[in-house]
Amino acid sequence: MKKKLVAPLAIMAAATLAFSGCAANESGNSSSAGASDANLSGTLTGRGASSMRAAQEKWVADFQTKNPGVTVNYSPDGSGAGREAFTAGAVQFAGSDRALKDTEMGAGKFARCTPESNALNLPVYISPIAVIYNVQGVKDLKLDADTLAGIFSGKITKWNDPKIKALNASANLPATNITAVHRSDDSGTTNNFTDYLGKASTVWGQDASDTWPKNFKGEAAKGTSGVVDAVKTGTGTIGYADESATQGLDIADLKVGNEFVKPTPEAAAKIVDGSEKVAGRAEHDWALNLNRKAEGAYPAVLVSYAIVCEDYKDDKDAQLVKSYVGYIASADGQKSASESAGNAPLSDKMAENIKAAIDSIK
Amino acid sequence: MSTTATAPKSSRHEASSLTAGQLPSWSTWVALVASIVVAALLTVAFGGFNLVGALALGALLFLVVMHVWSMSVEGGRKAVDRLAKHLVVAAFVIALIPLVWVIWSTLTQGLPRMDVTFFTNSMRSVVGQGGGLAHALTGTLWVTGIATLISVPIGLLTAVYLSEYGHGRLARGITFFVDVMTGIPSIVAGLFAYSLMTMLRGPGTQNGLAGAIALSVLMIPVVVRSTEELLRIVPNELREASYALGVPKWATIMKVVIPTAISGIVSGVILAIARIIGETAPLMIAAGFTASQNMNPLNNAMMTMPVFVYDQYAHPGVPVAPYHERAWAGALTLILLVMALNLLGRLIARRFAPKTAGR
Amino acid sequence: MSHSSSSPSTTERQESSENSLVPAKKRIGDSVFKGLSTGSGVLILVVLALVALFLIMQALPALTTSPDLLMQQGYGPFWSWVIPIAFGTVYSSFLALLFAVPVGMGIALFISHYAPRQLAQPLGYVIDLLAAVPSVVFGLWGANAFAPSVNTAWIWLNRNMGWFPPFGGQASGTGRTMLTASLVLAVMILPIITSLCREVFLQAPKLHEEAALALGATRWEMIRMSVLPFARAGIISAVMLALGRALGETMAVAMILSGANVINWQVLTGTNSNTIAATIALNFPEAFGLRVNQLIAGGLVLFVITLAVNMLARWVVSRRAAFSGAN
Repeated sequence: MKKKLVAPLAIMAAATLAFSGCAANESGNSSSAGASDANLSGTLTGRGASSMRAAQEKWVADFQTKNPGVTVNYSPDGSGAGREAFTAGAVQFAGSDRALKDTEMGAGKFARCTPESNALNLPVYISPIAVIYNVQGVKDLKLDADTLAGIFSGKITKWNDPKIKALNASANLPATNITAVHRSDDSGTTNNFTDYLGKASTVWGQDASDTWPKNFKGEAAKGTSGVVDAVKTGTGTIGYADESATQGLDIADLKVGNEFVKPTPEAAAKIVDGSEKVAGRAEHDWALNLNRKAEGAYPAVLVSYAIVCEDYKDDKDAQLVKSYVGYIASADGQKSASESAGNAPLSDKMAENIKAAIDSIK
Repeated sequence: MSTTATAPKSSRHEASSLTAGQLPSWSTWVALVASIVVAALLTVAFGGFNLVGALALGALLFLVVMHVWSMSVEGGRKAVDRLAKHLVVAAFVIALIPLVWVIWSTLTQGLPRMDVTFFTNSMRSVVGQGGGLAHALTGTLWVTGIATLISVPIGLLTAVYLSEYGHGRLARGITFFVDVMTGIPSIVAGLFAYSLMTMLRGPGTQNGLAGAIALSVLMIPVVVRSTEELLRIVPNELREASYALGVPKWATIMKVVIPTAISGIVSGVILAIARIIGETAPLMIAAGFTASQNMNPLNNAMMTMPVFVYDQYAHPGVPVAPYHERAWAGALTLILLVMALNLLGRLIARRFAPKTAGR
Repeated sequence: MSHSSSSPSTTERQESSENSLVPAKKRIGDSVFKGLSTGSGVLILVVLALVALFLIMQALPALTTSPDLLMQQGYGPFWSWVIPIAFGTVYSSFLALLFAVPVGMGIALFISHYAPRQLAQPLGYVIDLLAAVPSVVFGLWGANAFAPSVNTAWIWLNRNMGWFPPFGGQASGTGRTMLTASLVLAVMILPIITSLCREVFLQAPKLHEEAALALGATRWEMIRMSVLPFARAGIISAVMLALGRALGETMAVAMILSGANVINWQVLTGTNSNTIAATIALNFPEAFGLRVNQLIAGGLVLFVITLAVNMLARWVVSRRAAFSGAN
């Protein structure tokens, strides 16, 4: 019996050994340490919104190249998981598609912060939410908030509905059914999109929510990728997704005031400048009330926050967070991410505010 | 139909009484081809040729035609026998469709990235092109390996208890609750392991061990369930013969009962591994997420292959193509890994199995 | 179950009666082995108790808070939230079993009693390959390849067979329907059913089979009279295992099904009842505070459903066991 066991065990052991070597691209990292500007080391862990996953990937890569001694892990587990983990002290920072609410804020509530310290909400990731569609023979669709709300709430059911026709006089709209695709998972994208529909249209009649309103029909798909794929492969479909993920699909222009705006990064960044801070927050907390009707700004925009401590219990945490989040919010970081993730860089004014906030972290 | 069917019957009656009342051996193929041709013509008649429709309709038509034909020539019992045979073969063919389809999609989309870089590099500091799943591969081997080491002994011993020792309330209770355990949603197992680690090692601890614990919770019932059933059907004569030779019970179990059922047990274990190796949600919660190599299952987050595949598909950067290529290549690797395990398992089974086991 | 467990327990009893006649030597190996195997069984119960305790503790806040508070901070009043997804869970698993059990048993029979002997093992291996495909891949394939391809057929069914209630309603535009999801589920549980059934069929007593054939039974009659009765307990085990997998399947359903929190019998529409496991997976990442508790309470309900289904199955088996000719 013993002898019989040896051979398979040896194979398994050999297989484990074969794979146990270091990854080829990681071995050289420590040798290039001389090029770094700061001798930081350690592991920085963040958790939260999956919307900024692609941007975080770029930031982490940039940062680790500059600071080879540091490993940054950003788990795209979701905003809720991120806030939960940050509150419990499991991670040094959280990424979240919404700022912490007043009831969730408060000194001493966060395990990694000193008892006197509150959390800071810093907007670091701005992304336009594009309305995508797949209708045969239709290009350059133009929509206003009321029509869009009608489509997504199931009141407008055919592509040749008079309301759509009125906005697209020249388009050749077919008589097919509209299949409106929304997110099946709770998401910040849905929250911001329904917030836009609620604030900008007269027919939506719902508060912003992570969950798609239960009474509104339509089809559901998981995640940004799911919605994009459903719109791509379905017939007569329309959906909403982060602009960066919508390559190769037709994108509708949205009406703001009297003009139609495309979801460009510049148009999206404008909304942040046109918005006000949530009342009653500390000087360096930049939780925003988005103004969905700002002139010339693309209204359906997702703003994600980095949530950090005002004052960390551990100085090493503070140092790592300051340099990492500092890089994220810098002009370099924003530009670098927008090239690989398609988000909208922060405006100079907002970037300055965030820099001041990061400098205040202890 | 009936005239053509009875004609060969009467002519053959004189030729040989042995083959009388039987359909000729070519009848199956003729009926099959004819049915598919008729079905194809039907689809042409009703709005355009459709290959899938023709095949599906043809298969249905064949079942009916063959049954009626056989009924008229060979009688009811033979006809039912034929029908059962055709249905059984049809079941196999139906199962092959999704299998071939899934493998085809994975192969065509995964092969472009199956290069050396993919297996030697991790995703540390990689954006866009390049990178690989070295970190996820080691992570999966660690996590699944530990889970298997935990689950197989516990599962196997429990199955032995249930089939060889257990009777009365405890055994019934275990059998019942093992069934219940198969219904634990995978994400709940992940949450359980995560909060267990939080209790043991402080808040937010994610490591390979937590992932392995989550997977064990999912794996143990599958091992018990499949093993128990196979131990039970080991003929009692074998046990009695062993006892009669004065072999102690534990040795009987180890040397007679388990080896007799070993091929089934191994395929049960392999199935259980296959079941858990592709779990995404619990590992994301319990084992965490990282782009770097981590060889220590007790400390820090550990990447695993399903999480890697899911992440590459669900959160791509711009452009999307390299991310999706990595996702499919990762999926292909995962399938190949399970196939390799399967082969290994079969080799082990063959070594242990008695020479004359089964068919 | 009880009929098949009776055989080892009779040997047990015989043994103990022998012991009372001639006091057998106590062997250390035996008691150690028995202790180990009993210990593992008890350990499983402990783990399960821990999981259940964890579930109940985490679920309690959602079960005890007022529906109004849940309306504000959760997903709405607990029962009206959980009943539709509980329905979806049972419905999708039921449909999956409906497709998978006949096909799976057919394949197992094909491999064990129809295929040429040299082919049987490789063929079994081929079907086991289906088990090697991780659920994420089934999700990707189901949502992006399978659903768009079958949608034409679904629309045809909806148009021509809409009078049959499950096929009625407004057909989906993307194919991500209940029927699609349960077909994919069926494919996923197929190898579980096939693998176990195959092993059990192969173990059917050769003497019974040969006796049946010698009496002039056709192959099918032999299977019906000597293989299937012998294998009944094994088949039910396989089905239960498959059902467990189907009830708890998360990622594939989450990625394929266009789900909502409604009760809907129609299998071809875009608004389908979601499943509990998928709902947890879909909403957990963004869940916070009370919502986490509510989702875990959903998990507890799934747990209870599995419990109930298992009790039902056991009851059915024990009722039928009396008439079984096996053993």
